[in-house]
Amino acid sequence: MSSERAPQPLTAAANPPVQPLASNLLPGDVVKVSATANVPAPERQLTKVAKLIDVSKCIGCKACQTACVEWNDTHPEVESNVGVYENPHDLTPDMYTLMRFSEYENPDSGDLEWLIRKDGCMHCEDPGCLKACPAPGAIVQYSNGIVDFISENCIGCGYCVAGCPFDIPRISKTAHVAKKCTLCSDRVAVGQGPACAKACPTQAIVFGTKEDMITHAEGRIADLKSRGFDNAGLYDPQGVGGTHVMYVLHHADQPGLYADLPADPKISSTVEAWKGPAKTVGLVAAGVAIAGAALHGLFARANKVSEEEEREAQALVDGSDREGSP
Amino acid sequence: MSTTSTDRGIVAPGDAIVQRQPVEVSRYRGFTRANHWLTAICAVVLLLTGFAFFHPSLYGLTALFGGGQTARWLHPIVGVVMALSFFGLFVQMWRLNLPRKEDGEWTRKLGDVMKGNEENLPELGKYNAGQKLMFWGMAGLLALLLLSGVAVWEEYFPNLVSIPVRRAALAVHAVSALLMLLLFVLHVYAAIWTRGTLRAMTRGTVTGGWAWRHHRKWLRALVARQDDRG
Repeated sequence: MSSERAPQPLTAAANPPVQPLASNLLPGDVVKVSATANVPAPERQLTKVAKLIDVSKCIGCKACQTACVEWNDTHPEVESNVGVYENPHDLTPDMYTLMRFSEYENPDSGDLEWLIRKDGCMHCEDPGCLKACPAPGAIVQYSNGIVDFISENCIGCGYCVAGCPFDIPRISKTAHVAKKCTLCSDRVAVGQGPACAKACPTQAIVFGTKEDMITHAEGRIADLKSRGFDNAGLYDPQGVGGTHVMYVLHHADQPGLYADLPADPKISSTVEAWKGPAKTVGLVAAGVAIAGAALHGLFARANKVSEEEEREAQALVDGSDREGSP
Repeated sequence: MSTTSTDRGIVAPGDAIVQRQPVEVSRYRGFTRANHWLTAICAVVLLLTGFAFFHPSLYGLTALFGGGQTARWLHPIVGVVMALSFFGLFVQMWRLNLPRKEDGEWTRKLGDVMKGNEENLPELGKYNAGQKLMFWGMAGLLALLLLSGVAVWEEYFPNLVSIPVRRAALAVHAVSALLMLLLFVLHVYAAIWTRGTLRAMTRGTVTGGWAWRHHRKWLRALVARQDDRG
């Protein structure tokens, strides 16, 4: 392998460099680490990246799902057709991305609209999974915005499932670790865009710097508006600090139409309370109680039974003998 | 031998004066002691594995069990064992822990309790109000811990509750666990501070003086019972 570092990928469309290149996503690029308070400042700031999914251009072919399975070498179970287009039925530990199909009867136009949303990890700037995780180093965020699960450190507790505002992580029943979309961090590390974006035949999925993706989205939104979708817009929810997977929606005013995409996702206040300063207060209370009990036990006067009390008890028992015995 | 209705609330089966010179009183029979220590072992394992997940600074405790993965699967299984084991204690002790009229006076004189001035306190049955509070507190917290624990048991009940309920369950579990730890500390502390108590859970007996000082009504009931037996 060459010692030359791969360039940061700026698109998924271009062919990647073919010469062997060293990974360009280094341990020093980590900015947030689960259950770790003081993460050293990163040595450099990578360009923020994003995947943009233009729902209006998606034809529902599932090439992205196939590419995801192939690249990540997962083996989703073959399921039965239950009369809907989703396949498999939900995100699973072996299926990191899923086309969700919603039928919407537009009351304004009378049209039946088939809304198809590619579901998967949104790579939040403020990741709820990472906040909830109790295992140091099991979830990390790189300075380019990618949120990644590090399976060696994962204990499979499922706290990330509760922390995620989008219901994304799934726990493997065999490996006992959490699984989700990595934004192809292993491809991005060597200068390539995510497999799904690479495979998308209509370029409904594009990848690049977050800035470029926002610019690209603006062009798409202007186009949609010119064609009568007055509420077209970008889905980059600020409640989680923005996301590194964004959608162009024709009905950005009603994200819920797209298989219940949350309108204003944020880390639940319950999770914030559970993982917040209250925990430190609790820890201190426990520490004080233990130390206090130990000190008091060592130095305070013990509660002792006196000789006198032993005699009283003896007298009680003996006395009853005299009175009670036949 | 008769168990009168009045002493059912202060005397457990197996409680008896087992030696007269010097007086020795059986407080916990072997079954109860085994039941107690199984519960105690479970509690220690649960506190160590659980607090490893409570705060990152305590995550190193998982090393005692062979790592985070092991602690993660061990914790809920031991939790179920503890719940069953405590239920055994509950069945044996709930009646003795019902409130009685002397509990009010005992509680009002908490200052004397803390100073060890037991001569100012009312005569008590098998348990004082503090022990009763400990009993019901642990029972209540364990019920909460069991329910909230099952709700977040990813291995066997991944879809039992909705995600918002799961978040609430995690918060309830953490708060209950912390309160349980505080009760646990108090329980161990009180057993050690009150000298002569530990042997009730090891050998099963206490001295006559101990029974006279701390649970005189209980001792009187045992003496009376012995007289009935003739």
